[in-house]
Amino acid sequence: MSIVADIAVHAVDEMAHEHKPEIRKPYRPSRIILHVLLTLGALVMAGPFIWMILSSFKPLDEIFIQPPKILPQDWAPENYSNALAQADFVRGFWNSIYIAVTVTVVSVLTCAMAAYAFARIKFPGEKQLFMVFLATMMVPGQLTVIPLYIILSKIGWVDTHLAIIVPAALFNAFGVFLMRQYVRGIPVELEEAASIDGAGRVRVFCTLILPLLRTPLTALGIFTFLNQWNNFFYPLIFLNSEEKFTIPLLVNQFKGAYSSDWTGLMAAATLAAGPMLIIFIIAQRQIVEGIALSGSKT
Amino acid sequence: MTAEPVVPDVHPRAGGVEPSATKKHEPGAPLNKHGHSKDTLAAYLFLGPQLIGLVVFMLGPLVFAVVLAFSNWDGFGTRSFAGLDNFQVVFTDPQLRRSWLNTLLYTVLQVPGLMLSAFIVAYMLQKTARSKSFYRTFYFAPVVTSSVAVAAIWLWLFNPEISPLNSFLRSVGLPAPDWLQNPRTVILSFAIVGIWQGLGYQVVMYMAGLESISKAMYEAADVDGASEWQKLRKVTIPLLSPTILFLSITSIIGSFQVFDYIYVFLDTTAPAAARTIVYEIVNIAFREFNFGVAAAIAVCLFLALLGLTGLQLAAQKRWVHYTE
Repeated sequence: MSIVADIAVHAVDEMAHEHKPEIRKPYRPSRIILHVLLTLGALVMAGPFIWMILSSFKPLDEIFIQPPKILPQDWAPENYSNALAQADFVRGFWNSIYIAVTVTVVSVLTCAMAAYAFARIKFPGEKQLFMVFLATMMVPGQLTVIPLYIILSKIGWVDTHLAIIVPAALFNAFGVFLMRQYVRGIPVELEEAASIDGAGRVRVFCTLILPLLRTPLTALGIFTFLNQWNNFFYPLIFLNSEEKFTIPLLVNQFKGAYSSDWTGLMAAATLAAGPMLIIFIIAQRQIVEGIALSGSKT
Repeated sequence: MTAEPVVPDVHPRAGGVEPSATKKHEPGAPLNKHGHSKDTLAAYLFLGPQLIGLVVFMLGPLVFAVVLAFSNWDGFGTRSFAGLDNFQVVFTDPQLRRSWLNTLLYTVLQVPGLMLSAFIVAYMLQKTARSKSFYRTFYFAPVVTSSVAVAAIWLWLFNPEISPLNSFLRSVGLPAPDWLQNPRTVILSFAIVGIWQGLGYQVVMYMAGLESISKAMYEAADVDGASEWQKLRKVTIPLLSPTILFLSITSIIGSFQVFDYIYVFLDTTAPAAARTIVYEIVNIAFREFNFGVAAAIAVCLFLALLGLTGLQLAAQKRWVHYTE
């Protein structure tokens, strides 16, 4: 797996060096065909989103018009107020943000700490322990979720956000591996200079290592945040009461409860997907890099 | 501390000073190999949180899962040893067998479709100069979107009564199936959504791989008068093979775990033809509370993924070229 994860790291390095100045090439017919094909592809990708947004403004009776019209005949923004009235999206947003932010901050910090230990401190069992971390990357979440559910239900964490936050925040083998690669890239001399000045390990870590890891930490943070924000599997299993639901759970619940309210469902989907799409358009490069770091999505 | 100790550790008296040397370590001096116990303590302090996580949320549950796979247990009554009974169910239950085949069918449809279409898009994007990131926005947008929102949109696009997709297919004289209700198209429908949502990630990875191929390789091929196709076959694909292997391993792992779409599309009552293996795990563990059988399925899933990944890593020698 380590060769494999190295490729992800490499991909990000490559991306950091794109945008080389290129000489403008003359337009030949083959280039025009290229752009036509790419534009068609882009339409296939954007089409479902456009359909989602426009349909979210359609009155319910318009959905059966054949052939379907792309634009609403009458605009029905009340779909949004209805969706907001039927499911507590405000609370859902708060739950999603607070879970994702907590997991991201704690996970990124503890991964960097563990990575520092693996990369810079010699201790007995170091190699073996690191191999154990690497090996767990192969374990599918569906295998550990069953015992985890039993354990967490015994200690009363089922149907609390702790069940989602704590395991994700305290264990991320991929994050540890990734950060270790970057810590190893920091010149040792920097730390030696600091420790001659009398700085202990904790101070070296906080004032030297963490600032130097800013870029990969941001990338890992974006990846972790997105994974948590969009996560469906774990919240579905661990959360039961609606006031604890995250956004994906609310959308799924809305679909089940109002199965014929198609335009309302599109309003709910737009509410769920919209914020992340807007953030993506603003910070495209950082987000693409962050996700390219991910080996396998869970 | 690091790989390169400042103080050389081969000095005349090295043999006799092993444990006591720790004490002589001056606080301000550079940390070196002799600071064993102090270093070990520091290491475990830094490792602490993730180490607790490893034991409590990974290794513990892993052992527990294997125990469960050999047990009869609903989580509340007494647990009893079940021998291989649970595994027997995994391989003989007709629905489970069907679900394994459905999962395999999904992989066979989704992974090659995804890898090929992503390669084509990346290859074309590579040929455009400045509009790369403009197009990338479109191809990548589904990647950042929650699978539940994605499934909600496609639920509409797959509904034959209101789908603009079906209306388009009919207008050009193609069959317009009842995607999710027809047993013959339901897995294909999942694969279409899986390709649509997974495309952007693979495009980005392929593009990074393509960019790392040295221009000199293509110039050399040009000097030899190679055609575009020959360059693709003899230069691009061999030099891209590590990326291809990486994407093949990760996308097969991902496709075996497909769940979200099915659950949103068909809820808890998915018909036999639509169920995949993770859907079965969730259903059997958290609806029927038959933890033993669910754990046995999950163990088999794990072994299947290990086996498939191992096979690909073993086969890489035949076709993967590493430049460094």
